[in-house]
Amino acid sequence: MAEPGRALPAPTPETQHFWDGTKVHELRLQRCDSCGKNYFPPRPFCAVCGSRSVSVFKASGKAVLWSYVIHHRPVPGFTPPYAIAVVQLAEGPRMMTNIVECPQTPEALQLDMELEVVFEEQNDKITLPFFRPAKG
Amino acid sequence: MRRNAVAVVGAAETTDLGKIENLSQIGLHADAALNAMADCGLRPKDIDGIATAGQTPVELAHYLGITPTWVDGTAVGGCSFMIHVRHAAAAIEAGLAKTILITHGESGRSRIGNPPRRVDPQSLNGQFEQPFGPMGPPSMFTIPVLRYMKRYGVTEEQIAQVSVVQREWAAMHPRATFRNPITTEYVLNSRMIAWPFRLLMCCLVTDGGGALILTSAERAKDFKTKPVYILGTGESAETPMVSQMEDFTSSRAFRVAGPTAFQQAGISTNDVDHLMIYDAFAHLPIYGLEDLGFVPRGEAAAFIAARNTAPGGKLPMNTNGGGLSYMHSGMYGMYALQESVRQMRGTSPAQIDGAKISVCHGVGGMFAASGTIIFSNQTPADFW
Repeated sequence: MAEPGRALPAPTPETQHFWDGTKVHELRLQRCDSCGKNYFPPRPFCAVCGSRSVSVFKASGKAVLWSYVIHHRPVPGFTPPYAIAVVQLAEGPRMMTNIVECPQTPEALQLDMELEVVFEEQNDKITLPFFRPAKG
Repeated sequence: MRRNAVAVVGAAETTDLGKIENLSQIGLHADAALNAMADCGLRPKDIDGIATAGQTPVELAHYLGITPTWVDGTAVGGCSFMIHVRHAAAAIEAGLAKTILITHGESGRSRIGNPPRRVDPQSLNGQFEQPFGPMGPPSMFTIPVLRYMKRYGVTEEQIAQVSVVQREWAAMHPRATFRNPITTEYVLNSRMIAWPFRLLMCCLVTDGGGALILTSAERAKDFKTKPVYILGTGESAETPMVSQMEDFTSSRAFRVAGPTAFQQAGISTNDVDHLMIYDAFAHLPIYGLEDLGFVPRGEAAAFIAARNTAPGGKLPMNTNGGGLSYMHSGMYGMYALQESVRQMRGTSPAQIDGAKISVCHGVGGMFAASGTIIFSNQTPADFW
């Protein structure tokens, strides 16, 4: 039997569009049609103005490293030390993620460094969005 | 508006703190509750309101033999007990109950009768945080701190100083888990947990409990204990997801709860003699000092390093040693409240001579919620 992997999300009706998006390598955010606010995590209304008139759109995938820790304790599916990061997306919202294709060290992981989204399939239902240093 | 004052008349912790293998979690609640009743000479039939978190108020009412006219099961993490005090004070003022018991018990270390907490993969946390490898508070509560450090030029050494100073207070408390003096270097050489956080910048994991009994200030005069009055209270909530905090250098829940309490009490930070700021991790007193307005933005770490909150300093803080050294069962807020009450009664092993006002500020979850209580041993008529 395989080693237990990382915890995986179980989509709900309100978040299905996001996970459908990652499967086709799109990072999907939402925008309020009434007040124009871009937001994440997914919900079928705007938490700024309360409008139910909202749209899903494909984000650029560009982000900067906002903050992180380098975790040194064992977690199923991870090899310590590894960074648990929050990135600031170009469109405004922030999200938790992992930083890939980069040493997991304070020296390599500089706040405000430019990042871009990459997608990694976990199984036939779930693909997770990660970020790597931008390739210019 | 003229308000009717409310006071704490009973306060106690569990008989033991630390590793308690002969009681389950509800047993810790009950041990603390019975100690608090004994403290003020009450029996279960005298209690008509019950508030708790971790267990339900129904479980506690039944287990202790209480017939309540008021129940509160607010469970928003470690500051739930501050919020219970706020709700209880309002309930007593409104006549919903006369004598309210607030209990906490947690088998955080031995984990007896304390079911493991699992993150539901359908929840927002389960979908948008848990897949990226956090494992409990040490790897999540700490995520915002690098942003704070970069914005204000704060160093790992300064954060380590928080642990060092609080150990000095713990040394005065016979019941504190860790009492040996430590140095900044020692903290910075302790095991890495989640960089930049080392083991000694993280709270303990212990077993214990505590309970409070509140009644009207008028009735409080009939008790043998010295009344500790509630001058002001505040509460708020922000987000269950640390990644979604509005500002990684400040807690919105702190910025709402703290000033609400100060405004109700009619005091300023300059009036405060004693301060408790919930310290599950060493950065929390830094955020709390700034968000409550004690120190300008970006200056709290230097303020602590300069020994302003240490024994002999002008703003004694976390005088039991805090969650970093005294004890931390998981929901530490009750122990911060107990130290505030001891200080106002004049019975703390680290007593601040002449202290008249104590502020007790709590956090719940990972900057998810907050509650602030302002206590005094002077009658509220002196302030309101």
